Amino acid sequence: MGEEQIIFYFFAASVLISALCVVVMKNLVRSIFLFFVSLFSLAALYLFALADFIALAQVVIYAGGVLVLMLFAFMLSNRELLNSLKPAGSGFKVNHFAGILISLLFLFILVTVIVKTDLNQLDWMQESVPIHVNDNSTHQIGIHTMTAYLLPFEILSVFLMMVLIGAAHLARKGGRA
Amino acid sequence: MIPLSHFMLISAGLFCIGLFAVLTRRNAIQVLIGIEFMINAAVLNFVAFGKYDKISGGGQMFALFAIVLAAAGVAVALAIILNVYKYFKSIDPSKTNTLKD
Repeated sequence: MGEEQIIFYFFAASVLISALCVVVMKNLVRSIFLFFVSLFSLAALYLFALADFIALAQVVIYAGGVLVLMLFAFMLSNRELLNSLKPAGSGFKVNHFAGILISLLFLFILVTVIVKTDLNQLDWMQESVPIHVNDNSTHQIGIHTMTAYLLPFEILSVFLMMVLIGAAHLARKGGRA
Repeated sequence: MIPLSHFMLISAGLFCIGLFAVLTRRNAIQVLIGIEFMINAAVLNFVAFGKYDKISGGGQMFALFAIVLAAAGVAVALAIILNVYKYFKSIDPSKTNTLKD
């Protein structure tokens, strides 16, 4: 087992363990900060799939944008919101049991499918060229954005403006929402 | 060289953790975090498959689009959660049972 494998499985374990902690944690602030750890480790996993630009975008957008947004939404809201976040009743609920059961069964289905599929023998994979470590994938992404994926890119920009206006409208102070 | 199936197993685990959060959490922000985990699991799959496709680059491009869409979703969802709190004085999804005024 080389260094690559060790680092990969370290980050994979970090993603899964911190995600599990986020989900079971009662304290919301702690769970948001652990969400940060999980997203950062996920960015490291993207690097192992040779997607440097995606990893960078993940760090900038999630760690820089989404997380700060969540913390701000959390801290700008008044004290009652924080108080209402305390768990109403503790103990193991039927709701929890059903949720665990459904997620475990779903995990079982996914793992069975992944294990049974021969992923390295897919048809399209035989003909396609894999990304090499020395390739400049950011350069490639720039070219793709302006050629084959120009329409989704433009739609996305219009959509982002709509979201910006919508979110600002929803979050404005006073008046009817 | 990490095999493709290991990426997919990690993403399956992450997806199920997100599913669990969506099903059981009683706090809208944690439900939102669960949805983010599910989106990130999908993005991990996009990126892992995109490694084998240099020419069309579909995996990495759509991973990028999915990340941006998820961020936009979070912005709107947080605004909605704050409004829901203003109206219902609670962000427990099971207590918000009407959509109109």
